[in-house]
Amino acid sequence: MSSEGIAIVGGGIAGQSLCEAVIGRDPDARVTLVCAEEHLPYDRVRLSEILVSGEGPEGLQLRPEEWYADNRVEILSGRWVEALDAQRAELTLDGGERRSFASVALCTGSRPLMPPIPGLDLPGVVPFRGPEDCEMIRRAAGEGARVAVIGGGLLGLEAAYGVASRGCAVTVVHLMDRLMERQLDAGAAAMLQPAIEALGVEVLLERQTECVLGDERATGLRFAGGEELEADLIVVSIGITPEKALAQSAGLEVKRGIVVDDRLKTSADRVLAVGECAEHRGTVYGLVAPIYDQARVAAVTLTDAESDETYNGSLQWAKLKVMGVDLVSIGSAEGPQEAVTANAEGPLYRKLVLADGRAAGAVLLGDVRGTEALLDAIRCDDEVADPLERLAAAAAATAADLPDGAQICDCNGVCKGDLVAAVREQGAGSAREVMALTRAGTGCGSCKPMVKEVVAEATGGAAEEPAFLCPCKRQTREELARRIGEEGHTAVSDVTAACGTGRECGLCKPALAYLVSEVNDNRHREERSARYINDRVHANIQNDGTFSVVPRMYGGVTTPDQLRRIADAAERYEARMVKVTGGQRIDLLGVAKEDLPAIWRDIGMPSGHAYAKAIRTVKTCVGTDFCRFGIGDSIDLGVRMEREWEGLHTPAKVKSGVSGCPRNCAEATVKDIGAVAVEGGWQLRIAGAAGGTVREADVLATLETADELLRLATVFLQYYREHADHKERMYDFVPRIGLEEIRAVVTDERRSAELLERFRIAKAAAAAKDPWLERDEPYHPRQFEDLDGAGGRAMGELVGPPEDADEGAVPALVGPPEDGER
Amino acid sequence: MIEVCAVDDVPLGEGRAATVAQRRIAIFHADSGWYALEDGCPHLGGPLSDGILADHCVVCPLHDRRFDLASGEALTDGEGVTAHRVEVRGDRVCVELAPARALASAA
Repeated sequence: MSSEGIAIVGGGIAGQSLCEAVIGRDPDARVTLVCAEEHLPYDRVRLSEILVSGEGPEGLQLRPEEWYADNRVEILSGRWVEALDAQRAELTLDGGERRSFASVALCTGSRPLMPPIPGLDLPGVVPFRGPEDCEMIRRAAGEGARVAVIGGGLLGLEAAYGVASRGCAVTVVHLMDRLMERQLDAGAAAMLQPAIEALGVEVLLERQTECVLGDERATGLRFAGGEELEADLIVVSIGITPEKALAQSAGLEVKRGIVVDDRLKTSADRVLAVGECAEHRGTVYGLVAPIYDQARVAAVTLTDAESDETYNGSLQWAKLKVMGVDLVSIGSAEGPQEAVTANAEGPLYRKLVLADGRAAGAVLLGDVRGTEALLDAIRCDDEVADPLERLAAAAAATAADLPDGAQICDCNGVCKGDLVAAVREQGAGSAREVMALTRAGTGCGSCKPMVKEVVAEATGGAAEEPAFLCPCKRQTREELARRIGEEGHTAVSDVTAACGTGRECGLCKPALAYLVSEVNDNRHREERSARYINDRVHANIQNDGTFSVVPRMYGGVTTPDQLRRIADAAERYEARMVKVTGGQRIDLLGVAKEDLPAIWRDIGMPSGHAYAKAIRTVKTCVGTDFCRFGIGDSIDLGVRMEREWEGLHTPAKVKSGVSGCPRNCAEATVKDIGAVAVEGGWQLRIAGAAGGTVREADVLATLETADELLRLATVFLQYYREHADHKERMYDFVPRIGLEEIRAVVTDERRSAELLERFRIAKAAAAAKDPWLERDEPYHPRQFEDLDGAGGRAMGELVGPPEDADEGAVPALVGPPEDGER
Repeated sequence: MIEVCAVDDVPLGEGRAATVAQRRIAIFHADSGWYALEDGCPHLGGPLSDGILADHCVVCPLHDRRFDLASGEALTDGEGVTAHRVEVRGDRVCVELAPARALASAA
């Protein structure tokens, strides 16, 4: 390519994919990416996610800022192209700057189609297309708001789901007689509707919107026939139209989209078009998958003038991203020959469409197993003798059955062959590494199980995950632990100096801090600067920079005297809220950092470690002490557990519970470690969860006495402390290792004795000092204090002459220069 | 230049907040020297002075956004923060405040 480089106009998925494809073919290519939006290219396909999560658009960003610098991509964000001289491949940017290139690729995408109805310009009417729209929808659609979504297609349903999950009453208004009529046949659409309604979204079909009601702002819709619908917010999502204005004014051939040939060239030789703005052989694609196909061929055209590689159109297929509704549509939804398996109860609908005896389309609702296999069959026009049998076989397909061309990750367009190549050619040994190399699974994440399966097959079975402690150090927890032990490192800085790559990052420092303490049985050299602020001041930082204070109450048992002291302290230090926690403790919220030592002193109770990755609470029911159903002394066991383990740090927090009978009032079966009294003894349960996911704890063993239970639970706890990854909760750790393996270790006489011995050594050091005693012996005079008020003899006073005249003062300018390397 | 604290006031490897001329700033005592940034993370106002320092960066304690200590540039998503010049004079740490709202991420 000439030295003038390639300009890509548009920072959507098309622009980004093309940019990556070009660099992938020619790492020396000089690419300039012009994005009209202020943010870096992001994944618009996942837009509804940020509507649900309420997060900013950053989470959807396709590549971090460093990526562009590393690949020497010039990125002009917030800039737009005023004019294009197609013959000279010259862009006029906003402000009048002109730049000419060897080639220009138009990836201008599309804009929302707005129906020609009166009132659409009223406040309270928004399209659903970009992060700005999500932000506006979020602001306008508070809990209880009534929202009408015009359009019952893929994007409209995703928008409706996003808004409904915010607690709004949502009505989808659709012109046609069934939802998603472009992708679905009547049978699947009939099952989709109740599934959508089950999410709390009302569906109105065959409604032609005549106008938006309201004077100052939108108040509702009127349909043909006079029927009206009240709404506080109206979201329009009826489709998209190619953004072709720039091409049009440049004199390029334009029909529905910018017309391109099989090499993605427009009517001008040096100008290409890719993505939703392009029209190829009469088709404008509005789905994401074809964009990758186009970008790949366009990159060949741009980097290899001699190549005769052509783009021959794409198979259209889509996946609905609505929680709880699995739906995939591939190719034709209807055809001359069809095989369907359906069950309205499920709902379940699986259909394979044939044309001339070859696979031509599929609709999968409720059970989308076999998507990859069917996609591949349809893409390759496979001959199918028995479509029902083929549907069943697809559902049972494993990674081994898939051909190399089968696309696994739709978000990033990664095929099975790419994953296998990452293992065989680039030496990746784990799914995590393969995902980092290929970016498979880094989008919506729904393909991760399949990625793992493919990697397991390619690496020869064992999908053992060498999880790196942190991406900045390509070393696993085990390797680092071994080196810390063998080489005798006792502090984080020793480890980073000896084992690191010379860099350290703020994210893995706390992980190393735990590892150093654990391997050294808590006889390590503490470096507070490697700890989270929570562990530097022994309190939990809140969103406003204040802290929360939770004193330890063993087993959730307290006394009037303790309560009195807590109440007095809460008043004296003006805690903004006093809250009873889920773990049966009292939380004082909104405490200033500098008040922490005094409040601890006044309360006079030990730290509850509610801020740390450590032994947290043991929740108990009243058990045999008071309860007429109790069969085990749950309070006694809970208090003993808590005292036995108190003060120990762990890879992730550990919450426990003890119930005195199988009625399980202490919810012990959803705790990391739980004990439940049963007839004749105690059941030890591990790895339960009741957070983002709910997982019933596994029964590790049933034991005759509380003493035996405490011993076995302690052995398991120590095993977890020694083997879990940083932030890996027990509910992830136990399934990863396997319950049988854990049972074998903790019941082995010799190994359990060794674990118990190491536990005792670690515990002795940990229990030696309650962290809240640092109120009297801080590790630094300003452990809890900022610099205000006591910052020196004349805080805030101007010192010395202005800097220009200040040579005599020996000013040591410290820190690297501003352009210093990182 | 405005005097903010003594060199002993901030432990090595940590940061502390200070109010200087009604502005909240974070003073950092890193292995590689002293730095000062606007204290509030542009994301949700997290106190950068409570963040972990590593690799010439500070990590916001609330949501792990990272900022370059010298320039204030955001190394994760979103805006950067204003960086202020720091000088150590004898045992005193002094800063020169940069104009408010002038972001260092103009590059």
